[in-house]
Amino acid sequence: MKSWLAVLLCFVLGVQVADAGTERRLSFDELYSGGGALGLRFSDKVLSSEGKWISIRGFMAPPLKADADFFVLTREPVALCPFCQSDSDWPDNILVVYLSEKQRFVQNNAVIEVEGELEVGSWTDERTGFVSQLRLRNATFHKL
Amino acid sequence: MKATVMMPLCLGMALLTATAQAAPAIYPVDTARFLGTSKFDFKVEFDRELSQSDIDVRINGKSVADVFGAKPEFIKNEEGKGSAILLRNVSLKPGKYAVTAKDGKEEARAAWDVYGTPEKAKAKNVILLIADGLSMGHRTGARLLSKGVTNGMYNGYLSMDTLPYTGMLGTCSVDSIAADSANTASAYMTGHKSSVNAIGVYADRTKDPFDDPRQENIAELLRRKTNKSIGIVSDAEVEDATPASVVSHTRKRSEKAAIVGMFAGIRPEVLIGGGSAYFLPRTVPGSKRKDEKDYVEDFRKAGYALATTRTELMNVMEKTPDRLLGLFHTGNLDGALDRKQLKKGTVSKFPDQPDLTDSMNAALKVLSKNPNGFFLMLEAGLVDKYTHPLDWERAIYDTIMFDKVVAQAQAFCDANPDTLLIVTGDHTHALSIIGTVDDNLPGELMRDKVGIYAAAGYPNYKDADGDGYPDSVNVSKRLAAFIGNYPDHYETYRPKLDGPFVPAVKDENGHYIANAAYKDVPGAQFVPGNLPRTESTGVHAIDDLVVGARGPNADQIHGFMNSTEIFRIMAEAMALGN
Repeated sequence: MKSWLAVLLCFVLGVQVADAGTERRLSFDELYSGGGALGLRFSDKVLSSEGKWISIRGFMAPPLKADADFFVLTREPVALCPFCQSDSDWPDNILVVYLSEKQRFVQNNAVIEVEGELEVGSWTDERTGFVSQLRLRNATFHKL
Repeated sequence: MKATVMMPLCLGMALLTATAQAAPAIYPVDTARFLGTSKFDFKVEFDRELSQSDIDVRINGKSVADVFGAKPEFIKNEEGKGSAILLRNVSLKPGKYAVTAKDGKEEARAAWDVYGTPEKAKAKNVILLIADGLSMGHRTGARLLSKGVTNGMYNGYLSMDTLPYTGMLGTCSVDSIAADSANTASAYMTGHKSSVNAIGVYADRTKDPFDDPRQENIAELLRRKTNKSIGIVSDAEVEDATPASVVSHTRKRSEKAAIVGMFAGIRPEVLIGGGSAYFLPRTVPGSKRKDEKDYVEDFRKAGYALATTRTELMNVMEKTPDRLLGLFHTGNLDGALDRKQLKKGTVSKFPDQPDLTDSMNAALKVLSKNPNGFFLMLEAGLVDKYTHPLDWERAIYDTIMFDKVVAQAQAFCDANPDTLLIVTGDHTHALSIIGTVDDNLPGELMRDKVGIYAAAGYPNYKDADGDGYPDSVNVSKRLAAFIGNYPDHYETYRPKLDGPFVPAVKDENGHYIANAAYKDVPGAQFVPGNLPRTESTGVHAIDDLVVGARGPNADQIHGFMNSTEIFRIMAEAMALGN
């Protein structure tokens, strides 16, 4: 096989795999459908996307702890209050992203697109104690 | 003396300093001035491991056991940092106390001034109103926007302008000339100074944020000594530093889940604010707890009426409850500008939030049911939350709202003259108003449109509906106001109509850089920061605070005072030293 054909085939196959994987696009505004002070409600779209491969755009918050193997994706760039930098002071509509493999930190100024498997429900990260409601597993991201 | 002789001498002195033992640390600290009969933890830390017989600690020449009637615990070695003695929950009669702590080599001294209060209370009720971060610029801005000026004369005064007694407060901390809202509020609530980030404790050397030497707070004193009701109201999270300071003891103000437990311990008759996230078990989306405790249910079981929206608050208040829990947001509420006009921030998610005046009204009604009186601490928390990110328009709208609460309090005092009212901030910001920004002035750059001195003229805000707020914040000739310390950011010379300002964001090196979201705002100008690059927003100023007051004991507020005097004046008004 000529090498250019192999490259082309790989490219086509790669695109097909990616297409099959990214079935759904979610936005931050679609994560919760109301609720209030007594708790937020997951949207139907989130509940029906549980366990599925989704993509979402947002801002990558600075790493929480040097050894954390996840990062927090936010709707807007965040600047945390100088006196309350505990992990619990994040906005409540965040998404925690566990990467399939290490990727470089991207400046909080830039929008990124993240793809991964959506996990729904309260979960505590064993290493850091970070509690999250929505997570992406086996994720990858790229700059837009 | 010749230089050749000087050099070895200097070197010797430097070495001596470097190897010298640190003097023992005494808590309460030297210069402490606090209420007689109030409880505190007495601790002395030594900087090396000692045997008990090496230690000699005396108070007015007597042993610790003689003075307090109990023997202190001897800690042989505290986290590898040295020995300590600790005696919790003690108190002293009024008087002057000289403490000496010797370890065989070093000696430390502390002087305490312990004051008493008259036997008879002068005030039935005490209302302490705090606009977090309230500075002269906020007050002036609120008066300009709310009242306006004609030919140099203000068209009206703010309610806080009319308080008969006025003074200035110094807000320095035990560990720093600077302060945050934790230790500043703690000074009001305990009468002791503390350290940055600490509430109701002296910050000791141990890691545990809950073991530091305690200072009894006003809520504990009221519960121990009176039958008065306690009210705590904020539009920030109720676990935030200022409301937390009424009930809490912790080295770390960020221990918000634990602070909810401290509220449950005191059970204030009124608890209103945001921060429901720390009341909800972790399994509930929106919770920020790490355990399964459900404090909403806990308060309900304790007989609290619950309101989570303004409508619910109005319904609950139709028959005034004895105990009221109002939790209107998982985080901080939105401020007046977003709730009333712009509908930004989190208003779309929490569309039915009460105004601080609604919360004040409800609090006064519930608390007034108690014939023995009450203590109410209300905080306009967002004045600070907006000034930090340089969003002074939002901060000034909230100062106007705060002043409406002051007017409500003054009306209550008119009807109940046995009420001491104190109105102040907890620290300041470096906010100054310097003129106007006029879109119609010629000039290529926005800075050329800043009108100063005679060119400033008058802004063209209108208040056609007479609600005290300008009908629009985005007028063509608006205030020029600047905050004197900042991270890198883009100055837009305009109000932020799309949501609260986020001036800087963190980069991969942990440095805050200008938020590019504002780069393309017409006329935006890059301003390099003058703070360390680790800072995300403007910081507190150390400038004095203004405090105003009326009612019994208010005449003690005048001139310059250390902030702890506010506690003393309140404690004296309610005779808490008995």
